Amino acid sequence: MSAVVQVTGLSKSYGDVHALRDVSLSVEQGELFGLIGPDGAGKTSLYKILTTLMQPDSGKATVLGLNTVRDYRAIRSRIGYMPERFSLYQDMTVRENLEFFAALFGVTVRQNYDLIAPIFAQLERFPNRRAGALSGGMKQKLALSCALIHKPEILFLDEPTTGVDAVSRSEFWEMLNGLRRQGITMMVSTSYMDEAQLCDRIALIGNGRILRTDTPERLVAGLDEQLWNACADNMYGLLEAIRKLPHVAECYTFGATLHVVAEDGFDPEAAKRQLEAGGLKNVEIYPAQGDIEDLFIKLARNE
Amino acid sequence: MSEEKVITVKGLTKRFGDFTAVDGITFDVGRGEIFGFLGANGAGKTTAMRMLCGLSRPTAGSGTVAGYDILTQPEEVKRSIGYMSQRFSLYEDLTVLENLRLFSTIYGMSKREIKERGDIVFRQLGMENMRDTLVSDIPTGWKQKLAFTVSTIHNPGVVFLDEPTGGVDPLTRRKFWELIYRESSRGMTVFVTTHYLDEAEYCNRVSIMVDGRVEALDTPRNLKEKYHAATMDQVFRTVAGAAKRGD
Repeated sequence: MSAVVQVTGLSKSYGDVHALRDVSLSVEQGELFGLIGPDGAGKTSLYKILTTLMQPDSGKATVLGLNTVRDYRAIRSRIGYMPERFSLYQDMTVRENLEFFAALFGVTVRQNYDLIAPIFAQLERFPNRRAGALSGGMKQKLALSCALIHKPEILFLDEPTTGVDAVSRSEFWEMLNGLRRQGITMMVSTSYMDEAQLCDRIALIGNGRILRTDTPERLVAGLDEQLWNACADNMYGLLEAIRKLPHVAECYTFGATLHVVAEDGFDPEAAKRQLEAGGLKNVEIYPAQGDIEDLFIKLARNE
Repeated sequence: MSEEKVITVKGLTKRFGDFTAVDGITFDVGRGEIFGFLGANGAGKTTAMRMLCGLSRPTAGSGTVAGYDILTQPEEVKRSIGYMSQRFSLYEDLTVLENLRLFSTIYGMSKREIKERGDIVFRQLGMENMRDTLVSDIPTGWKQKLAFTVSTIHNPGVVFLDEPTGGVDPLTRRKFWELIYRESSRGMTVFVTTHYLDEAEYCNRVSIMVDGRVEALDTPRNLKEKYHAATMDQVFRTVAGAAKRGD
């Protein structure tokens, strides 16, 4: 495998704001690579540098072996980029947008239609509708089709699922999986931690720094914490009470249960007795399997 | 949670031309309740919420919010509620104190009230040393807390939160929910939308809108039982996945 994206020691500041601090990572051929982090972590800055729209202050990035500063022209025709904000021409129709992007890259729609067919299928019903009049989900499909029409070697997707509901999010990831099967290398950013497990490898990014890079499985396996689920009738009361228990490093909400990060010496049975003696009802404490959110919380805590 | 109803909605409907965005929804929300208002994009959540906030006149049906009629007393409704959205909550180029003063003044609080309430709020938030900092310069977690505080500065009986935690890191998201828990335990009603289904678990009750109608409404526990699901995420996919209307 060869690296399609190679980033070494990249830094970028806007005045006093350090958007990227000494970022290094690589994306391999055919990989679905996830850049996972909250708003303001530096995701979009990294995308702008990789898509040659912005220059770094220091460090180096190559895409398809080409330098993002020196070889920007050569890179632009070989990559696809779907920015976070809808960037098609709102007053052009569905078909006009697609044909326009094909023409920009010197290809015809027919030439690469196979690649976008599964995504574009639902848009075929209204080729003459203006892009601005499409629903959110349809806009997204059109934007993806336009980013793919020149059959790029790598596709950069910046927060494609932000503000999208859970059903549409899984549909979108299905589309990305289809593209992966066709061998397209992808780098996708998201602030949804649950999307991490849909990627081959991920980088966790926070405050401009890469915190970890690995497969989601190995990252979670490396969590290395004693983690317990806890629940009771009064969850908020439970949260406050557990935080006061001995041998508890941290306790936070985790959907239907609380996650308790325990230290050596934590005894779940004793804890349960103590909590119930304190007036809480139906206390249950049982082992928990950590996930990417637990890891992110741990890393944020250690910052 | 008491029996007192802070929101009551009956057959609430909104049509735009021949499109029915909200199609006769009926529900109540009690005092101090955390009510999760879920639905796929385009299901009609925003339209329904705008009607509840007195910003849009219903085509049919009726409703009261904080004791006022949403049809005949929309101005009173607006003054009696809090509202916070992810997209717009604070002026970035004003300081923390300036934001607080601005919103307090908009809500018609007196100078003395603003000063008293401001002092309490800054102490509670632990933000006393940030009074004169520009909002653009404070970290996300603080911004979130401040946005919530500003939207509830006039002590409303009910606060509407429109995707308050979008794009926020997991730790900050959780701290924000603890703030919600605290206000709810003090009697504030919280009406909240979110795309994070784990957050639906924190709500006392959850409604799921599909194609303009409330298709499911119950406690997270009962919903999971009813749809034989382990998580609210699965419940949502089952219920919202059946939508006919595209977003």
